[in-house]
Amino acid sequence: MAAIAGQKSRLTWAVQLSVVFMVVLWLVPTVGLLVSSFRTTDQISQSGWWDAAFSVEKAFRDRIPADGEKQVDGLYVLEGDLLNSGQNANDLKAGTTITAFGTSGIKPGAYKAGETVDTGDGGTLSVAKDGTYKATSKTSFDGSGPRVYFVAEMPPAFTLANYRNVLFSDGMGQAFMNTLTVTIPATIIPILVAAFAAYALAWMEFPGRGLLIAAVVGLLVVPLQLALVPLLRLHQEIGIGQSFLGIWLAHTGFGLPLAIYLLRNYMVGLPRDIIESAKVDGATDFQIFMKIVLPLSFPALASFAIFQFLWVWNDLLVAKVFLPANDASKVMTVKIADDLLGSRGGDWGILASAAFISIAVPLLVFFAMQKYLVRGLLAGSVKGG
Amino acid sequence: MSPILQGLITIALGVGGCVAYFYAANIVLDKVIFPPSGKDPGRNINRANMVRPWLFLFPAIFALGLYLAYPVVGSFWRSLFNRDGGTFVGLGNYERLAMDPSFRQAVFNNFLWVLVVPALATFLGLLAAQLTDRIKWGNIAKSLIFMPMAISFVGASLIWKFVYAVNPDIGMINAIRVAFHMQPLDPLQVPFWNNFFLMVILIWIQTGFAMVILSAALRGIPEETIEAAVLDGANPFQLFFKIKVPQIMPTIVVVWTTITILVLKVFDIVYATTGGNFGTQILPSYMMQYMFRDDGRATAVAFVIMIIVLPVMIWNIIQARRETR
Repeated sequence: MAAIAGQKSRLTWAVQLSVVFMVVLWLVPTVGLLVSSFRTTDQISQSGWWDAAFSVEKAFRDRIPADGEKQVDGLYVLEGDLLNSGQNANDLKAGTTITAFGTSGIKPGAYKAGETVDTGDGGTLSVAKDGTYKATSKTSFDGSGPRVYFVAEMPPAFTLANYRNVLFSDGMGQAFMNTLTVTIPATIIPILVAAFAAYALAWMEFPGRGLLIAAVVGLLVVPLQLALVPLLRLHQEIGIGQSFLGIWLAHTGFGLPLAIYLLRNYMVGLPRDIIESAKVDGATDFQIFMKIVLPLSFPALASFAIFQFLWVWNDLLVAKVFLPANDASKVMTVKIADDLLGSRGGDWGILASAAFISIAVPLLVFFAMQKYLVRGLLAGSVKGG
Repeated sequence: MSPILQGLITIALGVGGCVAYFYAANIVLDKVIFPPSGKDPGRNINRANMVRPWLFLFPAIFALGLYLAYPVVGSFWRSLFNRDGGTFVGLGNYERLAMDPSFRQAVFNNFLWVLVVPALATFLGLLAAQLTDRIKWGNIAKSLIFMPMAISFVGASLIWKFVYAVNPDIGMINAIRVAFHMQPLDPLQVPFWNNFFLMVILIWIQTGFAMVILSAALRGIPEETIEAAVLDGANPFQLFFKIKVPQIMPTIVVVWTTITILVLKVFDIVYATTGGNFGTQILPSYMMQYMFRDDGRATAVAFVIMIIVLPVMIWNIIQARRETR
């Protein structure tokens, strides 16, 4: 028995480790994005986000100003502070220290901080950790001080600047509002239309019912691509054109098959007794639907609402075709794919924060209402009818 | 008028309009057209009950017809005309597609996607389902693997652009390469294999979906079959592959086909990462190149996608009809 128990626990360990491995693998890309969104573009290209919690070393170049020249013991001396009053003072945050310095751009960190270096012709240069330097020369600097290269160690720093930039100057705030404007009506309207149809398909007897259910199942997989050209033309002919109204209608139409399918599957499973006893008591179909079926179907309604919400929020294709391509009506996905990836392709900080703004709301909805999402998925796939 | 206000009005109009339509239509039917009075009240009630389902269904059928059924015909019809829609060219657009090397590339790549993505996503989903069901914190693990489902394809593409970045201080792939003293490279420009790097993004998204459904199916397996196999001395692997997998085969097929359909529709990933360059074009992104520019050709591509989806559609309908009977 002991051997079997040992084997069991070894297997459990293997399972545990594989799950940990898989979860890490699945999580790491998103974590990388999140961490990067809080770092400046400089930091992002200086060190990997996995090093974000550690200091970053970066090389700088400066020219020591010669106007403070003093004469001490027959030597010309320049003194000052590279960190707080140098050319790079604006880029260097509090807590930065100098680890090394040099006199040529090829080896900016040739000497350790604190050393004194012979710069030729009897001149010397020394740079301390805190940025104070001292340059000496036998002849006057004559208005042009020597070049100094130094390596600064900057403490880990996180910033909200990317979010500020992307929200207020890159128009992501407007795009966020547009996405919200597109999503909410496009989620609510199909629910009601679909619920009535689903009730008819589940609880009313009429010829052609089976055929209609089959048609709904068939329409579930019609590629959206087919609808783009004919419907855009139709919208233009009836005067809707590319507009919010147009995209609400389009999303309503595209969401209906799944809505009807999910809701019908759920409603069919409601107890027959309740509905029949209501009928015996003289309730009309409309009353049964509003007072009994609709409240009882809440879980199915919720799961469809989440699906439709995620789908519309995350959609790029429909938004590209049915909304005009101007800044006033761009949604976030279009904004990221067409504007930011194109014009600011190298600005990783901006890209990361923009992406995170666009995925934050779906993630919130996902974690808050996962139960309903899973239930909806199962109703749609496992039972199937 | 601000779009937000417009949106609120639309919600009110849409929801109010729907309720008003159903309510009013029912009253008109019961009180005006077929009132349960007069010569033959019984027959009138029956007649009203025959019409009522169609009242309930009308808005849905209208929207489905207009937004999904009509486009199938409308797109096919449009694909028979030239760029501006003025001249009938028959199957000319399809001929031009067949001659276009980048269309053939797109078909080939799409074929790769359909072959690889559903298979790997389903396999990894099954693996994750089986493994997470055996541990205490399985639900948390599931939640985290499922999470990419909530992320847009554009967002996911961006997330993976970070992973694939050429700069070894940004991209993890290249950071690992550099750690092993290899030259950094751009995974998205490696001929042929870049397709697979793009597929990884969709697999990453879809594994959670497969896992959730397959894990429910695994739990639905009757306990006796497993107990019997254990008594007969089956080891965990035999138990999994010979007892469990065959029993959930129908669900595996459903997951597989669902992901296959999705693969044929997703243009976002290719669009947001390579834009179809470096030999990564697939049909949906190829279509978007011609959208707004040459509607004849764009609709022809859309119809090609439809034809590829058709067998799955028919199979789904047959399956659904069998189950409702």
